[in-house]
Parts: sequence; structure tokens; C-alpha cells
Amino acid sequence: MAKDKQHQLEIVTEPNFLDGSALTIPMLQILKEDGTLQKNATAPELDQELALKMFDTMQFIRILDERMIAAQRQGRISFYLSSLGEEAASIGSAAALDSGDMIMGQYREQGALAYRGFTVEQFMDQLFSNERDLGKGRQMPVHYGSADLNFMTIASPLATQIPQASGYAYGQKMDGNGKCTICYFGEGAASEGDFHAALNMAAVYKVPAIFFCRNNGYAISTPSQGEQYAGDGIAPRGVAYGMKTIRVDGNDILAVYQATQLARKLAVEENEPVLIEGMSYRMAGHSTSDDPTGYRTREEEDAWRAKDPLARFQTYLINKKWLTEADADEIFAEKKAAVLAALKKAEKVPAPHIDELINDVYDTPPQQLKEQLEELKAHIRKYPEAYPKTASRIDGGEK
Amino acid sequence: MAKMNLLQAINNALDIAMAKSQKVYSFGEDTGSFGGVFRATSGLTEKYGRHRNFNTPLVEQGILGFANGLASQGSYAIAEIQFGDYIFPAFDQIVNESAKFRYRSGNEFDVGGLTIRTPYGGGIAGGHYHSQSPEAYFAHTPGLKIVMPRNPYMAKGLLLSAIFDPNPVLFMEPKRLYRASTGEVPEEEYTLELGKADVVREGKDVTIVAWGAQVEMAEKAADKAAEEGIDCEVIDLVSLLPWDAETVAESVMKTGRMVVTQEAPLTSGFASEVAATIQDKCFLYLESPIARVCGLDTPYPLCHEKEYFVDHLKVYEAIKASMTY
Repeated sequence: MAKDKQHQLEIVTEPNFLDGSALTIPMLQILKEDGTLQKNATAPELDQELALKMFDTMQFIRILDERMIAAQRQGRISFYLSSLGEEAASIGSAAALDSGDMIMGQYREQGALAYRGFTVEQFMDQLFSNERDLGKGRQMPVHYGSADLNFMTIASPLATQIPQASGYAYGQKMDGNGKCTICYFGEGAASEGDFHAALNMAAVYKVPAIFFCRNNGYAISTPSQGEQYAGDGIAPRGVAYGMKTIRVDGNDILAVYQATQLARKLAVEENEPVLIEGMSYRMAGHSTSDDPTGYRTREEEDAWRAKDPLARFQTYLINKKWLTEADADEIFAEKKAAVLAALKKAEKVPAPHIDELINDVYDTPPQQLKEQLEELKAHIRKYPEAYPKTASRIDGGEK
Repeated sequence: MAKMNLLQAINNALDIAMAKSQKVYSFGEDTGSFGGVFRATSGLTEKYGRHRNFNTPLVEQGILGFANGLASQGSYAIAEIQFGDYIFPAFDQIVNESAKFRYRSGNEFDVGGLTIRTPYGGGIAGGHYHSQSPEAYFAHTPGLKIVMPRNPYMAKGLLLSAIFDPNPVLFMEPKRLYRASTGEVPEEEYTLELGKADVVREGKDVTIVAWGAQVEMAEKAADKAAEEGIDCEVIDLVSLLPWDAETVAESVMKTGRMVVTQEAPLTSGFASEVAATIQDKCFLYLESPIARVCGLDTPYPLCHEKEYFVDHLKVYEAIKASMTY
């Protein structure tokens, strides 16, 4: 066969166009929708303790999401983003990582954060923007972050965290610390330029990064198939960038766990970045500001409800005799009580002191900012009734 | 001391920083062993290896995204954007990410190790897309520091400060002066304070404020005015964020007059910010209106660059008008 020397390409003499569907990628599934194992599939090694921790976290996130959507409806918090139906994707993958690995999320990965040990009180403090929030009440609800737990603070702009993950992982590789970075994003965010920049750079520099796309079918109201992309989803893009790629059933926690475990090995031991596309469905609206009845049918939602990742895993655990229905009910009741108690406590905690307004813009506030804060405080003292949240404790007080 | 041009001073600062810490990385388009289109990074790959000084794919948003991530990991990331005119694909990463990283996380995370180097400015027949001075876009962004040196000595000391400053810094290099500006520069490490203006020349009649390459025009205009007995005080702002309003206000309280000049277009430029602040702080001291001497509100031209350029004659005319108001 003739070869073009410069590009190392095989030469052909007939004009053949590759079809856009020439590369279609299958989906790894270990647990079927009914909670039994696929024929020929081997479940990943998973001891009872770990499996129950994963289940426990799924239960917690489900009740947290349901309860906080209700709290938003009652006007107690301003906004909420649910991960209903996608718990397996974030929890199954987080469980396959080392606690020292960095997690860079989009905003629907509360499961990964809970798995790392973020407490119900910490969730509530952020959701209520109170003075105990690690983020000092500066961002909308669900924008969690914790340096202790290696969970990068969430930001609203889509896909910006993806090239950051490439850079973070480059630093990990250079430090030689055996750690990696996992980066979550949706199939909608994968249309952003930052996604393409990130995967290309990660592949070029061979960084220990795992790019986890939660393909949940919708970007707010825009359906993925045919309107977000024309090709075979997100996975083939990884191949095009020269990256190890796998597609998994995102509602099958065993498939997610196994794929991420193997991806981590590739990333850390061989400096091979990996793209994982987890196929799932966003059971709730995009956020509490969204109403999906305007763009999709009840039948479609019901079809996906039958694939519920939590019920599927529960059946598996019960079949394995690691759990009983009664255990599951007990865990659920326990989690619900903890969520309600923390919610009631957090909403009574005051907002951060007004002095926090100018901290952390820089490492120390510059002179101009100090002057601006003093002007603002003088104004609040003049019209205390207009600023009830801060006026009463503007001078001294608790903090 | 050694005689260096501005590029050599920058290269020398990068060299010192990379020798000082293993965690300093330098990267950008063509900045690897080739040394960048202006050669600011020459020799660094040979000395520190291609894992420390390297080429990036051609994607500015990726360069800054990568740099933010690397800095958030605890490294010193020095990202070069080949021309200031091409920084805009990275605008989101700079404005929404670098600038807000510490604040939005409540200081859980920061990108203090980030330095963005980019050549800016006109006078090199670069037309629309190799001439712009985009500093004002970024000066509207709390959380960034912006530094613009005027000569080799300042460039080296300020760049070393910028690299190790615990905040993200946009370091804008006057490319017209890369080889044109030479001077004595200490060979060892030294730093210069960020956020501090520099009184380049003392005078009692009128204050001229400029930054970066435009300081040269301010000094030339001051020379010409001196021939007519006008004693100008020239201030190099050095840093635009945060900026040293005190030094400028002190000067204007003494002189009673101010001319502020920038290469960028007039409307919404940083000169407007300086003018507004100074009229507020010095209103009762002013003998004449504050004058802004800036580029026209057009895209940066090619064939009419000489006419468009904010040269020393335009600054000189503003000085005279201020004196005879």
C-alpha cells in the first residue's frame, strides 16, 4: 500500500467520504433495568460496606433533592438544581476514585460531594447562604465547594471547568503524586468551545484526567438528539481527540463504577486521559425555574422512571442479601429526618457579616474597596430599615 | 547591571522565576523551544525542559482554562497570549473564572499563581488585529490585577512580582518597545510593588498621567513643554488594577492641572476612570478641565496609523491648552 510519508497516511485513489455514523459506540451495561446482572457480565469487585455506602449516598441525595425542591416551592430558598435520576452517574464514579483526587463538577454532582463526606449541615448552610457556608453566601444555591474534600467550587458558566481540569491534572502529573482529576459536565456543555479545547489539550499533554459526560437528554429544554448534536452523542469526540473513550449506562451504578475504576487506572498509571459518556435522563426540570411539561411528554418520563438507578441498585443489593426492604425504608426515614432537622437549623443562621462583602476579591482588600465598604456602611446606618439583614449588626455584634 | 531590551528583561525575569520554583510553568502558542513569536521565552525549554516551558494548541480559551486549573492546583502558571488582540476567546475564562475564583469559593480555592502575559499596543503597522490596547475591558473586572510596564527595568521587577503575587495578574507588554526600549537592568532577582504609581519626573505646573508605552509620549511632550518653560510632572500609573489614585491626587493638588493619555480609544477608556476619580478628589484644586488624550473611537487603523497614533505632539497640545485655559 502506498503511503504519504509526511503524514504517514495510506493513499487511496477513489473519493470515499466517511459517513458521520461510521463510528458508533456501544454502551456498557452490567445491571439490567430489573436489577439483575446482564448475561455474561461480571459485577465489579465491590464489598458490602462500599456498596452500602453508595446506596446510602443515593438515598440521601434523593431525599435532599426532593425536600429542597419543596423548600424552594415554599419560598424558603431561592433556587435549586436536582440530580433526580442521575444519582448513579456521580456517586458510582466518585466511589471509584481516591479521596485525594480532585473533583470538578458542573452543578448536578451533589452525589459525588456527599460521597466525599460533605455533611447535611454543610449542604444546608450553602443552600441558605448563611454565615457558616464555606462560600460565604456569595453564590446561588447548589454552588458547593470544599478544599478539604477536594471538590472544586461550582461555577454557573458552563464548561469552564473542563479545560481547568486539564490544567489541574497537568499539575498533578508534574507533582507525581499519583492523583487524578475527574471533571463532570452535561452533553449540552460539550457543545461549548471549552470542552473541545480541554479534551484536545488533555490528550496532547497526556494528563491524568477523567472527563465524565452525564448525557441526560436535555440542555434545559433542548433535546440532545438532533438539536444538541447530529452525531452519535459525545463519546466519538473523545476518539477524535485521540483519547481512550467508553460509553456506559449512566443509570447502572455498577457499570459507572467499573468504567471509572478502570479509567482511573489508565489516567494515573499510564497518563491516559479518558472520556466516559454516561447515558441517563434528567428526571426533574433543569432547575426550580424550569417546567419540563412544556417540552416533553409524560410517557417519555415514565419510560425513564422504569430505568431508575436507585431502584435498580436496591434490587441488586436485596438479591445479594446485603440489604432488606426494611433496611432501605429505615435508611430513607433516617436521611429524611436528618435533612429536615438540618434545614430547620440552617435557615435560622444569619447571613455572613457585611464586612465579608469585600474579602477574597484579592488576598487582601485594596484601599479603594475599604473606602467603598465604609461608604456603604454609612449609608446602611442612615437607612437601617431598608437593609434589615445587616443593619442590626453592622457595628460589632456577633462577628 | 546589564544592558537589556524589554524582551530580554522579560526573558530574564521568566528565567529567574523558573529557576526559583519547580512549580513555575510557562506556555502559549509557539512559546516552546521556538521561544514565541517575539522570543520572550527563548532558551527556557532548553534550560528547564519541555514540561516546564511548552507550546499549546492554538486555542486561547483553552490556554486560559488550562492555566486557571494549573494555578488552582497550586502551581505558578504563566500563560502567554500571542497578541492582546487575540485574548478575547479567553475573556470568559479571565473575567468569569480567574477574577472570581477566590471570591466565589469563599477562599477555599484561588488562582493566585496565574500570570497572563500579552503584548499590546500600536505603532508597529499592525492594523486592526496587532495593535489594540484592551486594558479597559479587564480593568472593569474586580479580582484581577493589571500591570503595564514602560521599560526593561520596570518590566523585570514587575513581572517577578506578578508571577509570585497571590492574585491573578494580567501583565501587558508594550510590544512597540520590545526591542526599542533598552536600559540598565540588575542581573539578580528584584521585585517592584504592584499597585504603586511611579513619579517619573517631578514638576509643578501640570500632571501628565500615562501607562505602558504611552509614558514615552508623555515624557517627550514634557520635554517639549519644558522648552517653553512649562514644568510637567509625569506619572506612570504602572498598575491599572488596583490603581494608585493617591499619588495622582497628591500631584494634581500640587499642580492644579491634569492631562491623562492612553493609546486606546477615548470612550470608556481607563483615562476616563482616572479623570472621574481625580475631579472627585481634587475638584477645588483644579485650574482647568482634566484633558484626556486618547485614540479616536475607531478600530485601530493601518494606513492612517500615524495620524491616529497618540503621539507626543497631541499630548503637548493638551498641556498647552490646559496651561492657557
